[in-house]
Amino acid sequence: MLPIVEQLEAKRAAARLGGGQKRIDAQHSKGKLTARERIDVLCDEGSFEELDMYVEHNCVDFGMESQKIPGDGVVTGSGTINGRLVYVFSQDFTVFGGSLSERHAQKICKIMDMALKVGAPVIGLNDSGGARIQEGVASLGGYAEVFQRNVLASGVVPQLSLIMGPCAGGAVYSPAMTDFIFMVKDSSYMFVTGPDVVKTVTNEVVTQEELGGAVTHTTKSGVADVAFENDIEALWAARTLIDFLPLSNREEVPERPTADPFDRIEPSLDMLIPANANQPYDMHELIRKTVDEGDFFEMQPAHAGNIIIGFGRVEGRTVGIVANQPMVLAGCLDINSSKKAARFVRFCDAFEIPILTFVDVPGFLPGTAQELNGIIKHGAKLLYAYAEATVPKITVITRKAYGGAYDVMASKHLRGDLNYAWPTAEIAVMGAKGAVEIIFRGKTPEEIAERTAEYEARFANPFVAASKGFIDEVIAPHSTRKRIALGLRKLRGKQLENPWKKHDNIPL
Amino acid sequence: MFKKILIANRGEIACRVIRTAKKMGIATVAVYSDADARSPHVEMADEAVRIGPPAASESYLLADVIIAACKATGADAVHPGYGFLSERTSFAQALKDAGIAFIGPPVNAIAAMGDKIESKKLAKAAGVNVVPGFLGEIADTDEAVKIAGEIGYPVMMKASAGGGGKGMRLAYSEQDVREGFEATKREGLASFGDDRVFIESPRHIEIQVLGDQHGNIVYLNERECSIQRRHQKVVEEAPSPFVTPKMRKAMGEQAVALARAVGYYSAGTVELIVSGADKTGEGFYFLEMNTRLQVEHPVTECITGLDLVEQMIRVAAGEKLDFGQDDVKINGWSVENRVYAEDPYRGFLPSTGRLVRYNPPATSDGSVRVDDGVVEGGEVSMFYDPMIAKLITHGATREEAIDKQIAALDRFEIEGPGHNIDFLSALMQHPRFRSGEITTGFIAEEYPDGFHGAPADPELLRSIAAIGAFAAMAGADRARRISGQLGQRLDPPSGWQVKIGDALYDVMIRGDDVTVNGEAIELELEYTPGDRLIEATVNGADLDVRIAPARSGFKLTTRGASHVLRVLPAHVASHATHMIAKIPPDLSRFLLCPMPGLLVALHVEAGEKVEAGQPLAVIEAMKMENILRAEKAGVVKSLSAVAGESLAVDAVILEME
Repeated sequence: MLPIVEQLEAKRAAARLGGGQKRIDAQHSKGKLTARERIDVLCDEGSFEELDMYVEHNCVDFGMESQKIPGDGVVTGSGTINGRLVYVFSQDFTVFGGSLSERHAQKICKIMDMALKVGAPVIGLNDSGGARIQEGVASLGGYAEVFQRNVLASGVVPQLSLIMGPCAGGAVYSPAMTDFIFMVKDSSYMFVTGPDVVKTVTNEVVTQEELGGAVTHTTKSGVADVAFENDIEALWAARTLIDFLPLSNREEVPERPTADPFDRIEPSLDMLIPANANQPYDMHELIRKTVDEGDFFEMQPAHAGNIIIGFGRVEGRTVGIVANQPMVLAGCLDINSSKKAARFVRFCDAFEIPILTFVDVPGFLPGTAQELNGIIKHGAKLLYAYAEATVPKITVITRKAYGGAYDVMASKHLRGDLNYAWPTAEIAVMGAKGAVEIIFRGKTPEEIAERTAEYEARFANPFVAASKGFIDEVIAPHSTRKRIALGLRKLRGKQLENPWKKHDNIPL
Repeated sequence: MFKKILIANRGEIACRVIRTAKKMGIATVAVYSDADARSPHVEMADEAVRIGPPAASESYLLADVIIAACKATGADAVHPGYGFLSERTSFAQALKDAGIAFIGPPVNAIAAMGDKIESKKLAKAAGVNVVPGFLGEIADTDEAVKIAGEIGYPVMMKASAGGGGKGMRLAYSEQDVREGFEATKREGLASFGDDRVFIESPRHIEIQVLGDQHGNIVYLNERECSIQRRHQKVVEEAPSPFVTPKMRKAMGEQAVALARAVGYYSAGTVELIVSGADKTGEGFYFLEMNTRLQVEHPVTECITGLDLVEQMIRVAAGEKLDFGQDDVKINGWSVENRVYAEDPYRGFLPSTGRLVRYNPPATSDGSVRVDDGVVEGGEVSMFYDPMIAKLITHGATREEAIDKQIAALDRFEIEGPGHNIDFLSALMQHPRFRSGEITTGFIAEEYPDGFHGAPADPELLRSIAAIGAFAAMAGADRARRISGQLGQRLDPPSGWQVKIGDALYDVMIRGDDVTVNGEAIELELEYTPGDRLIEATVNGADLDVRIAPARSGFKLTTRGASHVLRVLPAHVASHATHMIAKIPPDLSRFLLCPMPGLLVALHVEAGEKVEAGQPLAVIEAMKMENILRAEKAGVVKSLSAVAGESLAVDAVILEME
C-alpha cells in the first residue's frame, strides 16, 4: 500500500473509533449500538458513504480547543435501503455525548440539503445529550438551521426519526417536525424539560420513562409512532417503512412484485360484520385481507386506537390506509383520533400515496372533555385533510356512517373518487332510535319502537345514499380487494389540483 | 325410504348427517338458533328453519318447536345427532305421536338406558359386569361427602342426566366434594334439566352396536377413548391397542346381549371400563349405554367401511341390515383428534371468537377426513360445545394413522380463538401414546404442570432454523426487486443468523447448498413472501411448517409447538449480541381473567388475607363455572372488577400486595 493511502486508512480508522473504546463499551453495556453500527444495520451492507468524517468543532472556550474528535459527534452520509438512496445522520453519543455543536449541525444540514436537491429521504438517528453548552448560542443557531431544513424538506422528501437515546430540550423539535418517529423502549426519551426541572418548577415527581419514554409517547402523547424493544428492531423496521415510501414528492410510489392476485376473493369478509349491530369486530382483519400478503405497517398502533392508520400495498404499490376501529370506543372520532388520522392523510397526499378509507363510525365522541379541549377544531383537521387531498381516494363503508363523521371520512362530497358501501352499511344522520326520538318527540314507547323499525328499514342500508349518488356502488364484502385494486389501476392517471395559494390555513 | 329429513342439531354433526342424506338423495332441513343463522349447516341443507335465540334451552332443546318445524317443512324423519334432544325419551315419543320417524333407537330403549342409575341395574340383571360405585341419587352435600368417604378418593361426581363431560367433576378431597357438589348439580340442571347427582369411580373403552327393527344386532368392534381431559374425550382410535380378538368378542357379545335385552335398534354405544392392569382380557365393566351416534363414530366408519348415519337412516326406514357379524372386519387403524377451541398454553381455558383463518388439511387422498361445521369467518360461540372440528386419519397400521395425524395437524390453520392443535400434535408424538400404554389418566400424568409446547429435538430445530433463513432470504430477494433503485439490483445476503430461544444457528444459503452451523442440510421448499404454509423436504423427510411474520423474523409452527425466530443477515447479527434481553413485566401480582366470561362471584375484599389455593373469584364461560384460586398466600390490595361484570380475557380482576 502506498504511504499516502496508508495514512488515509489510519485517519479513517481513528475517526471510526469515535469517542474511544471505553465509551463504545459503555454504549454497548446500555444495550445501545454505536452511531456507525446503527448505520450498518440500517443500510444495505457496504452501501454507506460517509461524508465530513474529519469535521471538527470550532469552539475555543472552556478548554474545548484541546479536545477535538473527528466527526464531532455525528456520522453523516448516504447509503441505500434495498438499493434505494437515503441520506442518514447518526448522532454519536460516544463523542461529547452526541451534543450538538455548530459544526455538528452543519454536517446534518449538508446532507439534508443534498437530500432535498436530489429527492431522497432523510433518516435521523438521534442519540444526543443536547446542545454543546460550551458553544452557547452557536449551538442554538445550529438547531435552528436544522429546524429550518426540516420545514423546507417537509412534504418534499420523507423524513424519519429514530430516537435511540436522550433527546431533550430544543432538540426534540427536529424529530417533532419529521414525518414519523420511532423510539426504543427503555433507552430513549424525549421531553422539552426533564424530570429535574419539572420537580423544581411544578413539584411533580416523575421518572424519565414516565415523562418521555417510548411507551409514554407511543400510547399517551402520540408524539412518537411506534415503540421497539431494541435498536436492531427499530432500525430493521425503518428499512421496512422506507420500502413503502416514495423517495420524494417528485417520484411515484415504489412498486415491487407480489404473487398475491389482485382479484383474491375473501368469502370470510361476508361475515365480518356481526349479526348484532352493537357488537364490535376487528377492522384489522379487513385491512389484512385487503392488502397484498396481509402485510400492513401500522403507525401509532398504541395511540388513539379508535382509528387505524398505516401503509399497505395493493398490486405491489403503496397505499395509505385509514380505518375506524369498532373495537375501541366503538370507532368514534375524538380529538386524538382526528389528529392522528389528519396528519397521516396529509402525509399521503403530500407524497402521492393513494388513500383507502374503511368507514364504520358512529359519530364524534360526546362530552365536556372533548368539547372543552376543542374537538371542533381538532375534528376539523381530519375533515380539512381529506377535503384538500388530491390523491386517489377510495372509501368503503362497512357499517355505520353517521352524522358529521360520515362527511368527514372521505365521503363523496369531499371529492372521494370511488365510494363503495357494503350491503351492511347504514348511512344516516344518526342511529334509528335517536332519530325517531327527535322526529316523534313525546310519542309512547310503543310508537317509538314502531317508528324506529320504520326508520331502520328506510335508512339502515346503503341504498338511500346510493340513490343519491353518494355511494358509487354497493359491493360484496368478499370482493373488496378486487374492487379496490381495479379502482386504483383506473385512478393512476388522476389529475386534480387545488386553487393556487401561498399555503392553506388548516385549523391548527 | 324417507323423502325429507330434519336434523335436530347444529355444527359438524348436522353437516355430517346432511352429507349422507344428500348422498342418499334425501332432502334435508336444518334448524338453527340466532347464533347459528350464518352457520354452514344452514347453508348446506335444502331448507332451514329458525328455532329461537342462541341459548340451547330456548332453541335446540325445544322439542315442540322442532316438531313444528318438521310439520311446516313436511319432514318425515328426524336425525337428532348427539347431545341436545338425542337421548330424550319425551322427544322420541313426541315424534312418534306426530307420526314422524325418529332416526334412533326405540323410545323404551332410550328410557331404559337414559337414566344412568336404572341402566346399571338393568345391565346387572342382564348378567353384565358392573363396576363398584354408588347407584343412586344424593340429596345434599353432606350425604355426598359421606358416600365419597365410603368409596374412597378420588371420586367422580356426575349429573345423572349429564353427558359429554358437562356436569362431571373429579374430587380428590372432601373439600373438592363440598365445593363441587352444588356446582355439579347446577350444571346438570342448566344443561339438561335434571338435578339428580351420583358418584362413581371413573374409566373406559366402548363397543359400537348396530341393530335393525327385525331383531338383527351386530357389534362393529371397539373404540379406545382413553385420552381424555377432565372426562372430555380428546383422542379416539379404532381398534384399541389393548383389545385382543378374544376380548373383542367377549365385549361385543355382552354389548349385543344388553342391546337385545332392551329391544335395541339403530346405532348405539356400550361404554365399558377396562382395567389396563388386568391382562386376562376379562377386566371390563359396563359403564353406560349411549343411545345415539357418538362423536367419535368416524373411526369405526374408517375401519369397517360403513356409513353409520346411512345405516341409521335405513334402519329407521325399516330396512334390514344387509350384513351379519361375520362380515364386520377391521381394515387398518383409524385415529381421531378433537380440535377444540381451548388454549392448552393457558390451562386449556375455553376460547371463543371469530375464525379469522380456518384452513383444515386437504383430504384428497382419502386417508385424512375432517368433520367440521365451521368456515373461515365463522364464530366459535360461547353458547355451544367448543369443538371446532374432528380430524380423522386412516392408515394400514396404528403408527401410520398417528403419523398422518402429525402431518395433517401441521397443515391445520386456525387463527382467532385459541385451539389445541399443538397439544394434539404433542400427544401424537408422545412415546407413551405411541406405545399404546395409555389410560384415562394419561394427560394428567404426563402434563402435570400444563402444556408448554411439544419438545423439539435438535434436528428439528436445525430444520426450522434453515427454513426460517430461507424465508428471510426470499423476503430480502423480493425486497430488492423494488422500483427506483440507484444502481444494479443487489443480491440478498446468503449468510443468516437465526435465534430460537437462546440458541443461535448460522445458516448459509448458496444456491441449493444449505448449511446450518457448518453442517450441510438437504432442504427443498418453495416459498413466496406472504405464504402461510411451507411444504418443505428436509433431508428427505416431509416437514410442513406454518409461518407468520414477527418483528425481525418469523413465528414458525410445526410438530406441536411454535417457535419465534429472530432472523438477521450475518453482518447485522454480529451487532445483535449487544441487545439486552427484556424481562417481561411481573403480572403475578394480578389475578387476570383467563377467558372472556361473566364474573359470577368475587369471594374476597380489599385488605383480606388469602391462603394459597383459596378461591378468589368465579368466572362463568361456556356454561362452566371456573374457580380462580390464589396461587400463593398474600393480601388482596385492591379489586378491579365487580361481580356481574362481563370481563375480557386478561382483564385485571384484583391485585395482590
